[in-house]
Amino acid sequence: MPTEASTREIYGKTLVELGKQNPSIIVLDADLSPSTMTHFFAREFPDRFFDCGLEEQNMIGIAAGLAAAGKIVFASTFAIFASCRCFDQLRMCLSQMGLNVKIVATHGGITVGEDGTSHQAVEDLALYCALPGFTVIVPADAIETAEAVRLAAATYGPFYIRLSRPKTPLVYQENYHFTLGKAVTMRQGKDVTIIAMGIMVAKALEAADILAKQGMDCRVINMPTVKPLDEEAIVKAASETGAIVMAEEHLAQGGLGSRVAQVVARERPVLMEFVNLRDKYALSGKPDELLQRYGLTAKDIEEAVRAVIKRAQGSL
Amino acid sequence: MKIFAVGPIDIGAIAGLQFNLQFMLNHIKVSSESAPEANIFDFSMAELGEMAKRLRRHVITMTATAGSGHPGGSLSAADIITALYFKAMHHNPQNPQWPDRDRFILSKGHAAPILYAALAEGGYFPVEELATLRKLDSRLQGHTDRNLTPGVEMSAGSLGMGLSFGIGVALAARLDSRDYRTYVLLSDGECDEGQTWEAALSAAHFKLDNLTAIVDYNKIQLSGWTRDIMNLEPFNQKWQAFGWHTTEIDGHDFNQILAALQEARNTKNKPTVIIAHTVKGKGVSFMENNVKFHGTAPTTEEAQRALKELE
Repeated sequence: MPTEASTREIYGKTLVELGKQNPSIIVLDADLSPSTMTHFFAREFPDRFFDCGLEEQNMIGIAAGLAAAGKIVFASTFAIFASCRCFDQLRMCLSQMGLNVKIVATHGGITVGEDGTSHQAVEDLALYCALPGFTVIVPADAIETAEAVRLAAATYGPFYIRLSRPKTPLVYQENYHFTLGKAVTMRQGKDVTIIAMGIMVAKALEAADILAKQGMDCRVINMPTVKPLDEEAIVKAASETGAIVMAEEHLAQGGLGSRVAQVVARERPVLMEFVNLRDKYALSGKPDELLQRYGLTAKDIEEAVRAVIKRAQGSL
Repeated sequence: MKIFAVGPIDIGAIAGLQFNLQFMLNHIKVSSESAPEANIFDFSMAELGEMAKRLRRHVITMTATAGSGHPGGSLSAADIITALYFKAMHHNPQNPQWPDRDRFILSKGHAAPILYAALAEGGYFPVEELATLRKLDSRLQGHTDRNLTPGVEMSAGSLGMGLSFGIGVALAARLDSRDYRTYVLLSDGECDEGQTWEAALSAAHFKLDNLTAIVDYNKIQLSGWTRDIMNLEPFNQKWQAFGWHTTEIDGHDFNQILAALQEARNTKNKPTVIIAHTVKGKGVSFMENNVKFHGTAPTTEEAQRALKELE
């Protein structure tokens, strides 16, 4: 079995599978189909694929019109264009009208790499989570991606699914079943909980392995559904482990960390640490170089765990 | 602060309701062999004129009662909307979700009052409800909301989105082999929005001859004349260059409106834009070509004068 796989490739292939099952599925893209991998669907179902050119705002409006006429619409482009470029259209046409459109964006986060600052979507979750009615998902690997895409197709309403450019380590077995709005405990632990999403889940597991050898028992939770949150899992983690470390490939504001902190503050206040991109854009570089430079490695998570445990002990 | 207009305006609305019922009974075309979904409105020219006047009266009453709103762009669109809802379009107020209905998409969402008036007169909801415009708990929001108002196809208000939405609806018709037509009413001001031109480019690219755009070219936007704020000319040539069939009409002449809609139906392989030259505030002397009434409701006194002119 491979150890890593491309989330966008499995997205493209899952779309074809869904297209065979359901003639109502329509796919739109904005001149990026070879990269978002919607080209698999375009090849198989040319009549149900529309390239909207570099017109992201128009694409969202078209998606809304198709959905209003009963279609299940998938619209794809890079995460940066799927969020910042067409936010008013997302707000008016999808959130406010509540239409059945699935935005599946690839090249999320800083791991888009060499293309640099302009192409790194690091505020997309803040924007999408601000929109009432949207379900927001960041899968941890290719297996979870396929599940999330199938679930989005089967669930009425607007969705945002964020995928990555590079291949992502596999953290699940083929028989994994994704439940919308449910967190997954990847590893039990009692000293501290690491809550992660996307590519940071594999890094959280890696950090937990290392910390276990040093006598720290970390719970690791994958939280693929960023909205709506699995509040029960968060409260349970806070109650049972007493401290939480968040790990996400996103700016500090408005992402998973902010959202979880709101639940923790309301339901069960415990100390938290946040591994994220803080309040700063990254530059060009290879994905791994960037993760290292901007503090998104297993080592960064380890340090955050040590810090939060130390603070928790100090506050006793 | 005066919130509600009272007296003659409200009484007028109720009298209008009674008149409306009789008017409908006299003029609805009901044919025994037609399916329940079939077009039931087939007004004569005189009836269209009468209806447009009624709709204009509603716009005055509604905005005056609400104390805010956009009467100018509602009045300029009154004849176009009347021609569509009471003659040209296939639709059925008893079955707003009929899959084969023609779609009317009001992209200029601030003209909601004139659409609400047409929908109410058509029977989508009671005419009395028009008095709730912009009020708390009303189904008639300041700008259109498809999830609240029966017959409204699209929520609008942020300009420039309707043509894109219309493309999606028209593509769905093609995919499903349905022969409904999609009409999108744009303001001239919203042709400043880049998205309008993205949509213009793609509608022609997709060869959507089942899509008709109508521009309510009343020459005034919020803060002045369009030629001063952001000149659109040469307007017709722009649409032609984007690959559209174009036609220019007097947007207050029913013969011309209906002929242009027929011309659009006959045009194959490309979308049609009807550039309808209109007058902002049309029908009320002191509101015509008056930029103030883009986004300001008439006072009670102004409303009474306006209603007198529209008798």
